[in-house]
Amino acid sequence: MEQATAIHSGDPATTKPILEMRGIKKHFGNVIALAGVSFDIRPGECHCLLGDNGAGKSTFIKTMSGVHKPTEGEILFEDRPMNFASPRDAMEAGIATVFQDLAMIPLMSVTRNFFMGREPTKGAGPFKRFDVKHANEVCIEEMRKMGINLRGPDQAVGTLSGGERQTVAIARAVYFGAKVLILDEPTSALGVRQTSNVLATIDKVRRQGIGVVFISHNVRHALAVGDRFTVLNRGKTLGTAGKGEITPNALQDLMAGGQEMAQLEGSLGGTV
Amino acid sequence: MPADSTVTDERVRQETVLARLMKRPELGAIAGLVLVTIFFMFTANGAMFTLSGVMNFLTPAAQLGILAIGASLLMIGGEFDLSIGSMVAFAGMIFGALVVNLGLPLIVAIPGTLVFAGLMGVVNGQLVIRTGLPSFIVTLAFLFILRGLSLVGLKYITGGSTQLRGVRDAVGDDWLAPFFSGDAFTGLFSTLAKWGWIDTFKSGAPKVPGVPVEILWFIGIALVATWVLLRTPAGNWIFAAGGDRNAASNSGVPVNRVKTTLFVVTACCAALVAIMTVIDAGSTDARRGFQKEFEAIIAAVIGGTLLTGGYGSAIGAFFGSIIFGMVVIGLTYTTIDQDWFQVFLGGMLLLAVIFNNVIRKRVTGER
Repeated sequence: MEQATAIHSGDPATTKPILEMRGIKKHFGNVIALAGVSFDIRPGECHCLLGDNGAGKSTFIKTMSGVHKPTEGEILFEDRPMNFASPRDAMEAGIATVFQDLAMIPLMSVTRNFFMGREPTKGAGPFKRFDVKHANEVCIEEMRKMGINLRGPDQAVGTLSGGERQTVAIARAVYFGAKVLILDEPTSALGVRQTSNVLATIDKVRRQGIGVVFISHNVRHALAVGDRFTVLNRGKTLGTAGKGEITPNALQDLMAGGQEMAQLEGSLGGTV
Repeated sequence: MPADSTVTDERVRQETVLARLMKRPELGAIAGLVLVTIFFMFTANGAMFTLSGVMNFLTPAAQLGILAIGASLLMIGGEFDLSIGSMVAFAGMIFGALVVNLGLPLIVAIPGTLVFAGLMGVVNGQLVIRTGLPSFIVTLAFLFILRGLSLVGLKYITGGSTQLRGVRDAVGDDWLAPFFSGDAFTGLFSTLAKWGWIDTFKSGAPKVPGVPVEILWFIGIALVATWVLLRTPAGNWIFAAGGDRNAASNSGVPVNRVKTTLFVVTACCAALVAIMTVIDAGSTDARRGFQKEFEAIIAAVIGGTLLTGGYGSAIGAFFGSIIFGMVVIGLTYTTIDQDWFQVFLGGMLLLAVIFNNVIRKRVTGER
């Protein structure tokens, strides 16, 4: 896995972006949600997209995952201009998004959730059936790769912790051939230990050469796994920085839009 | 990763048989069946558990069960159909009209009836999906619409009566009739009677001439429904559609198609019951299937199906229906006033719902 480490150090010369968004603008009526955002993601890197609430993060990832069409701007996927009509299109191209609601059904088993909508079958004609044995084996194996030992493949998703559910959703996306994995605030509702599990999972995914887009408003979580950091504020990118090129405080200030935060931080004694 | 795999295996083994059983939605129904059986063993006349007694309560259980299995699939898929009772009357009318008034053979009349019922299922399903209204309300409307149509239609067909007679004569000895009425395995049963293995009348004819065909349909449909639910992609889609329609549709499950199909299946189950009971009775009337929708939903709930969808089983509905038939018929074998039946039923429904809720919380770890 040494070469993987080299890749995710984020040297721009060595790898070409797998997905490139150029000058994306998105207007909803007369509301300008995105005013020209550029962003790219390379294989095997974790690119963090940071921004405060209302900065346009959600609109941007929905554009990336095919939910919204950009009003203006270009999306290049593996050097080809793309025009996703639906999330399904984006998914088939290899852009998987794990939204905050995770698309998981608590009453169903992990395996049934894992293969929901994409069940492996065997047999033909009227006897074509859900290959439960194969599905269970794959599910157990994929979850073990992510560091989770299931009690059994029939364990209901409802019994898993928030972090484990997040991991199931990520493992599912990876298994079904994601090249770019977009994670929408995967750590926002999690406790400390679960957060570090999810961050470790992100690292594992990155090592498989998948480009991870990590959306967060938590600078510490982002710095823990990120290779590059892009800050969004009021629908614009405030720039991209590589790992080690920026301090947590500077990132925090950028997210909040500069001065006000500096003042606030002073009054709070530097705790945020 | 050999170390890892042994860890996983140990954890799988740690789950006791009891814990695994607790996960099955039909557990409650099986436990209920055992309890009800024990109750009647002590209170009922011994005749109840002879072969003819068993057939006696399995026949109504089977008629209800076919409806209940359809209803349980639909409930697992997250929707209700309150119109199935009225659908029995409506489909009975269509079938009667096709056979008696148009004189069609069963090979045409039966598919024709199923198509009519299926279309009503499509209408129900599409109305629910397109309006976004709860299926409870939409199908409640159809409970009245279909019942009313059956009344009006029957009067129109017969020239004023709400009963259509002459089905038996019209069916006659149609080659398809034995599949939908009467008894199966009659040869086997008379052989058994000759050997003295089963009770006979003085004439030597067996007291139970065979297995009523509805019981075979009931068992067959329960097996097919269980197979579909647990072993096909469609089964996974049904659970997913009922569990969370957004999550399901984001994952690529064709939720609307699944739900519409389930409405069609439920309507066709009702039509099948209508066909069998109409041929058996030789006539159809507008009151056929009255309140069956509630009985079917109760049987499904006793069978462990959640009212909120996403969880349940067809085998559970199978046992739930047998409990139902046992209680209805069983009370006639006891000295207990039969009118206790409704009290019994309501109590059982309440118990089942409470039990289901507890089980669900245990299974999913919901707090």
